[in-house]
Amino acid sequence: MASTDTALEKEVHQHGGDWSGGTEPFRISYGKLMMWYFLLSDAFTFAGFLIAYGALRFSSPTWPVPDYVFKTHPFGKTELPLIFVTVMSFLLIISSVTMVRAVQEGHRENRRGVVLWMLLTVLGGVGFLSCQGWEWTNLIGREHMSVTTNPFGTHTEAGVYLDENGKESEETFRAGSSYIMHKAAVVNDEHAEAAEGHGGESHAEAGDHGEESHAEGGEHHTMTVMKSELPMDKPGFYVDERGYIHRKFKTSEGISSGDVQIEAFGPSAFGALFFFITGFHGFHVLSGVVFLLIILINAASGLYVSRKNGYEMVEKIGLYWHFVDLVWVFVFLVFYLL
Amino acid sequence: MANAHVHPETQEERLIEEHGYDDHFHEHHHGDKFQSNFLTTYIFSQDHKIIARQFLITGMIWAIIGGLMSLVFRLQLGFPDESLAWLKPVLGKWITVSEAGVGTLSQEFYYALVTMHGTIIVFFVLTAGLSGTFSNLLIPLQVGARDMASPFLNMLSYWFFFLASVVMFASLFLSTGPFAGGWTAYPPLSALPQASDGSGTGMTLWIISLVFFVVSVLLGGINYITTVLNLRTKGMSMWRMPLTIWAFFVTAILGLLSFPVLASGFFLLMFDRGLGTSFYLSEIFIGGQALDHVGGSPILYQHLFWFLGHPEVYIIILPAMGIVSEVLSVHARKAIFGYKAMVYSILAIGFLSFIVWAHHMFMSGVNPFISNFFVIFTLIIAVPSAVKVFNWITTLYKGNIRFTAASLFAIGFVSMFISGGLTGIFLGNSAIDIQMHDTYFVVAHFHIVMGVAAFFGMFAGVYHWFPKMFGRFMNETLGKIHFWITMVGAYAIFWPMHYLGMAGVPRRYYRFDTFETFRHFAEMNKFITVAAVIVFAAQLLLVINFFYSIWKGKKMTNPNPWGASTLEWTTPINVGHGNWTGKIPAVQRWPYDYGKDGREFIPQIEPLKDGESDGGH
Repeated sequence: MASTDTALEKEVHQHGGDWSGGTEPFRISYGKLMMWYFLLSDAFTFAGFLIAYGALRFSSPTWPVPDYVFKTHPFGKTELPLIFVTVMSFLLIISSVTMVRAVQEGHRENRRGVVLWMLLTVLGGVGFLSCQGWEWTNLIGREHMSVTTNPFGTHTEAGVYLDENGKESEETFRAGSSYIMHKAAVVNDEHAEAAEGHGGESHAEAGDHGEESHAEGGEHHTMTVMKSELPMDKPGFYVDERGYIHRKFKTSEGISSGDVQIEAFGPSAFGALFFFITGFHGFHVLSGVVFLLIILINAASGLYVSRKNGYEMVEKIGLYWHFVDLVWVFVFLVFYLL
Repeated sequence: MANAHVHPETQEERLIEEHGYDDHFHEHHHGDKFQSNFLTTYIFSQDHKIIARQFLITGMIWAIIGGLMSLVFRLQLGFPDESLAWLKPVLGKWITVSEAGVGTLSQEFYYALVTMHGTIIVFFVLTAGLSGTFSNLLIPLQVGARDMASPFLNMLSYWFFFLASVVMFASLFLSTGPFAGGWTAYPPLSALPQASDGSGTGMTLWIISLVFFVVSVLLGGINYITTVLNLRTKGMSMWRMPLTIWAFFVTAILGLLSFPVLASGFFLLMFDRGLGTSFYLSEIFIGGQALDHVGGSPILYQHLFWFLGHPEVYIIILPAMGIVSEVLSVHARKAIFGYKAMVYSILAIGFLSFIVWAHHMFMSGVNPFISNFFVIFTLIIAVPSAVKVFNWITTLYKGNIRFTAASLFAIGFVSMFISGGLTGIFLGNSAIDIQMHDTYFVVAHFHIVMGVAAFFGMFAGVYHWFPKMFGRFMNETLGKIHFWITMVGAYAIFWPMHYLGMAGVPRRYYRFDTFETFRHFAEMNKFITVAAVIVFAAQLLLVINFFYSIWKGKKMTNPNPWGASTLEWTTPINVGHGNWTGKIPAVQRWPYDYGKDGREFIPQIEPLKDGESDGGH
């Protein structure tokens, strides 16, 4: 037997040790290796999405400017480009740091430390998801973006908006400047009487909304209209079947100079891709939080104290958590920075 | 399982006892935990050998269904004027019987048959049934592991495949029919539920089924890769792995990297179908009505699909190549020629398979200059492929070939791979593709090179490892009859299709006798159909042989009936969970020591003699 062992050791020496069989070539357990390969495949899933994003974005003539789209904040703050998403990303990045500490405490076999730092990680994850929840609510509920409709448009030529009487107003814009289309409060006809009764109120609500979030929006989108009146064509604007208000403007350059045009929707792929990709990532964060909680409870119960591989589960979920963070960096890059 | 320390009786057992290492496996009673009752032993089994058999038998059932579908549409193509009324009891409303009693196949259902035939054979039979079966069976046995890295995930892998099967099977019985837009599911047919009958619920079930399938492939793939890397026994260096393991390993990597991209594409497709987004849709008119969808790109779907789709054909053919390499070497009683070249060519094929996908899209509107890039890499794949072909032929050269059913199918594989590979060189050329694309030339090419060839690899594997799976032999005579009918028949089916294709006969058409240009091919289409019926009938020989032999086949008496040197033949005849009753064998040499030093074969567990060099290095 002894002679065989020496022969094997010689083999191991000859063939580069770790790869000669009977060992773990990357010096990590099969469980962690499997997590790595899962993450690799997941990276390809996200890569597929981001490539789809690139393909659709670059085949689109215009694309909303992130500084314009993502400038709204909770508590009524506006005109602060990207500050809110920065806070939200910071929460997620910090939760990666706390995760590192949890893994470290796991190596030290300190149960209380693992539980504490994992708890903080969960908080970071939940905080991120809450922020994303607010961001989505704001985009869907107040700015009326959906997977099929994108109210964030871009002017391709300079021009001037028309006022309510169809005359040129003071409000001019340059080519490349952004606009958002607002939605009129649409009332069903059967409720017409009731709506008239409360007309003042709903008018005021819509007005608050308009002034609060978008100062440049002008007056006419604070209106209430009846469904049967749609679409509605006025000298200064046009309201389509769904109640989106398209303002009219006169272009002042290019071959169509002097023409009266109406604001068009931005590329719908923006909304679709935004909700799809951030949603898919958010789903990853959500599942991460669930798994973190399960492992947190297991760790707290002392399950890993007796295990041969100790706190390896904490390490594995840690790998996943860092991966989700890393993906966010790319998502952040394409949606908020580029 | 009590006999942890068996008394060594054979030479092999003595070698394992002497050189192997004790992992105290059986002292922990793993066997009891995994196989305590019927349910955990045969249904929700975590034993890789049972899971392999589950994959194989599910794959066989799908192969029969997929094969029968091809017969129905071949009957339509070969005999467009004959009555199909006799199929009415099976196909129901898809056959319309006129007052004169003439039954005609519904045109929608014809497309559904073509679509389902492709989906089923590509994914369920040649991916799950081939790589699922043999990766599961052979990886732990040939690298010397007790089981897969995670037997639980391995079990899940099968059951996700089963779930995918159930959903796809259910879609066959929808009143609107299964999906009918081609196995590639291009939008808009796949993206707009109103586009055709099968695009509604049929497509929904199709896509759900394939998402489950992707999960199955990923769970399996992660397991295969990890097992090959981490669970090799002592002495089983990478350069001592049999070529089967190399092939399964690279196959699993291809699956791991390409299937997620298919999943991405499918998720976007689901949004287009369900939520009204326009990822793949732009400026579509249905019945003169313009749809709201603007700004999407159907080409984007094609890119995402073929980024999987091309590696997928290597996911299908690489396991077959690995099996053939092993079977040829064992039955030619010769070392595989150019072992390292074989490994490097597997790696090269694996790498190149990721940068050639757009050769499926030359005519879809991609930039012709981009096509040049894909033409070059496509043609370069011919190099590693040719290396493999020459090595198989040189392995056979001057070998003492035993013409068993397994080795015949392995030789048949080489023939098919050459024939189908050569036509690939034509199709890989974007200029010739202008004439050839979407014709029967393409159909002939891929059926020979990845359909029939992969089936041949699978058959070779089934005949060769059947004794390992069931402890009994399959009937050799039936096997040889099966081989000769299939070999001749497969060429009879697909060879004439090349001529049809060169004449411009397009694929996926319901009938050709209505076209003046193609009318003179009627006899050829008849011939192809008759050949297809005969070949399908011959496959029933395999099915009968297979199930008969499970219970009534000749019993195995020698644990190593083929005289092979790899590890799986050092296990007992009736292998239990954990594979080896005592110690795990240690590996001392490469797997292809045949006819060396005047001995017929030297098992991998036999130590090198002083001064003897190891073959793989």
